[in-house]
Amino acid sequence: MADQLNYPEGEALSDQIARRHTRGKIWRSSFLVALIIAILVLVSLVYNVVNQAFGLVAVENAIDPAVLVSQTGADPATVSLDELTKDDYVEMLQANISTGLGRRLERDQRFYEDRLVFDNQAAWDAACAAAEPAAGCLLPARDTDNVYQLVIERVVEQRVIETWFLRDSLLRGDEIRAEFLAENPNAEIEFRSWLTADFLTRPQSSRPELAGVRTAIFGSLWVVLVTLLFSFPVGVGAAIYLEEYASKQNIVNRIIQTNINNLAGVPSIIYGMLGLAIFVRVLGAVSSGYLFDYASIENRQNSLINSMESNFGITIIIEDGDVTSAIEGPNAAFDLSVTEAQLLVDEFTTLSWRNFDIDEVDASVIVARGLRIPVSVETDDNGTERLVPKDDSVMTAANFSLLSREMANAAKAIDNGRTVISAGLTLGLLILPIIIINAQEAVRAVPLSMRQASMGLGATQWQTIWNHVLPQALPGILTGTILAMSRAIGETAPLVVVGASTFIAFDPNGPFSKFTVMPIQIYQWTSRPQAEFRNIAAAAIIVLLILLLSLNATAVLLRNRYANK
Amino acid sequence: MMQGNYALQAKDLNIYYGSFRAVKDIELNIHTNKITSFIGPSGCGKSTLLRAFNRMNDLIEISHMKGSIEYKGKNLYDSDVDPVEVRRRIGMVFQKPNPFPKSIYDNIAWGAKINGFRGNMDELVEESLRSAALWDEVKDKLDQSGLSLSGGQQQRLCIARTIAVKPEIILMDEPCSALDPIATLKIEELMRQLQEEYTIVIVTHNMQQAARASDYTAFLNMDSSDRAGYMVEFNETNEMFTSPQNQETEDYITGRFG
Ligand SMILES: Nc1ncnc2c1ncn2[C@@H]1O[C@H](COP(=O)(O)OP(=O)(O)OP(=O)(O)O)[C@@H](O)[C@H]1O
Ligand SMILES: [Mg+2]
Repeated sequence: MADQLNYPEGEALSDQIARRHTRGKIWRSSFLVALIIAILVLVSLVYNVVNQAFGLVAVENAIDPAVLVSQTGADPATVSLDELTKDDYVEMLQANISTGLGRRLERDQRFYEDRLVFDNQAAWDAACAAAEPAAGCLLPARDTDNVYQLVIERVVEQRVIETWFLRDSLLRGDEIRAEFLAENPNAEIEFRSWLTADFLTRPQSSRPELAGVRTAIFGSLWVVLVTLLFSFPVGVGAAIYLEEYASKQNIVNRIIQTNINNLAGVPSIIYGMLGLAIFVRVLGAVSSGYLFDYASIENRQNSLINSMESNFGITIIIEDGDVTSAIEGPNAAFDLSVTEAQLLVDEFTTLSWRNFDIDEVDASVIVARGLRIPVSVETDDNGTERLVPKDDSVMTAANFSLLSREMANAAKAIDNGRTVISAGLTLGLLILPIIIINAQEAVRAVPLSMRQASMGLGATQWQTIWNHVLPQALPGILTGTILAMSRAIGETAPLVVVGASTFIAFDPNGPFSKFTVMPIQIYQWTSRPQAEFRNIAAAAIIVLLILLLSLNATAVLLRNRYANK
Repeated sequence: MMQGNYALQAKDLNIYYGSFRAVKDIELNIHTNKITSFIGPSGCGKSTLLRAFNRMNDLIEISHMKGSIEYKGKNLYDSDVDPVEVRRRIGMVFQKPNPFPKSIYDNIAWGAKINGFRGNMDELVEESLRSAALWDEVKDKLDQSGLSLSGGQQQRLCIARTIAVKPEIILMDEPCSALDPIATLKIEELMRQLQEEYTIVIVTHNMQQAARASDYTAFLNMDSSDRAGYMVEFNETNEMFTSPQNQETEDYITGRFG
């Protein structure tokens, strides 16, 4: 009885209970506030991205389409540019672009089956008789639509001169139109989504209207593939060893365990330094693909030397596999003809996946170890970009011999491990502790009774692990892997250190390719001065998020399939 | 009692968890084709002792033992004895039913498969399920998960799984503690049938079960000074329950314990 008096009764009891409920309610509402804050942050992030990825743009044409229409004799009031004939379009091209450009377009694909527009017959026949005939010799002639596109691209030359955010575009679209058009009567204002199908399928470009994320998407996928192929088996294997075989009593194992836990918290840039030191430098011969590609690289070097000799009269001397000198040809100081420069640049671009950085600053020069060739980027009808030397490509003999030496050395490509495989392995190291820790947890969560049941039937430890522990731990292991993969896709810093390129106009096509990845592409675009780059950066962020979500969704589906079994 | 008719002989057995001695100085003979039950208060080391018989304690890293357990004249803990083979000969059924998250069929077939069974698997599954008195209940749903069965059925599935690999001795750790009286009776009946072919050792908290279902009974108690379990009395079950030799035993089985 005396004990009972120590507890509140009656009024006091209900007061006490009410107080306990109040405390619970306060906690509950503070959790709700936390949730709301989190949602607000997320919403504002999405808003910010969407706001920039869509909106009004002001475009201006070099030549007003109406003027072009009236030049053909048609009435611009009733006929629009896209309703004309192929002959009209070809005439427009003849009137408005240089013969050099026209000839190049014709070599790519001719305008008419039966006659030449820009080239003369003799040169054309020569080009077609060459060992590697021009593409146009083999292709059928361009159709009307194709020529119309050329007119839009080369003659009308539409340029974006101003962009607006989605919010402004929606709220005060009319105002913007009125104000801007008053000042720029030649401009047109239209609504544009920067995220288009073309944006996904086009490679990187120095012009924001033409730039796409294809190379970056491929880069990210390749890197993540290598990362997973490395870290999933290694991580799960290590986790199984630590959980199932290693004695918890053993001091060495405990030190290893503590280290793994701490490694998960090491800043990613440190892994970048590690990757640079190991994969790029020490294992450069492996990670550049040189070891696996030896023969073809030797051949490449030889053909390059021959081409230098026959085209430029430059002799390259090789001793013990190294270029010792390049002897200049007959012209002491020559102007590079456009053809010669093109040849050189083509050699360059085939090599560039290994060894050259194409300077991203408006891609107007190729930089090879201090040497610069002025170039411009041109897009052909298929949307592929090609580097074209500027007409004023002048190069001194000294520079040229230096360049050819560089190129011959580049063909060897011994020392450049800044490739997909180095990046993938670096990220693999980065997420390895995450995968190990999660897999360990999943393995530990398999109840002892399962192991007892299995061992009690006379199963060996490995049979128990393979048949019971792993299948039951798999959903947990995959959850950890999903987390780790998301981290890997978003990583930027270590890849900058390991040497992701900032400008890659070619799809990575294997573990030994140079590459760029989505986050680096985004970072690079946001740091460009032109406003349109920020728009496409926002579009790229949306692409990255979608990529991330779809990879995760795949992994979750996979996991659920196993979990249901 | 004839010498040589023992399935297992524990000699001077001491089992430790780290530095803690859980079971001390056990001298015990398990008779072939008989049912032996272990009774005793909670924590006195019955499970620990039982697990020692098929080296299940090896799975517990901190546990180690002194003394010997002889099986067919050979110490199970000799360095040339493979625990995998020990467990194949001496099977175990656990307190909590623990079927694999596989089909009923695979629950039984798996153990046979890993032990290199070469006969007709369908026949083996049927025969094992029949011996465990489960066949009629599950014969139409062999491809359903073992986890979809009731607790009592799951426990009989675990027994069937153990029988399927044809051990010589079956160890059961409180196999009925999660079951209702009817399921319990079924399992006791089953033990009586299995006894013809197998030697059975069972841990139980249920005095009537020990009295009803076993031929021999060992009573273990916990030493109040060092908390180690020791064997108070071992005898034929009838003797033990009608005229216990030891005061402690009498107190325990009549419920005056503690
Ligand atoms: N894995 C383990 N690690 C450390 N100590 C253990 C472990 N398993 C059992 N013990 C200890 O050994 C002693 C005997 O335990 P055991 O499980 O054998 O008792 P029991 O007789 O089976 O009890 P119950 O009837 O409650 O099942 C207990 O003091 C227990 O704390
Ligand atoms: Mg027990």
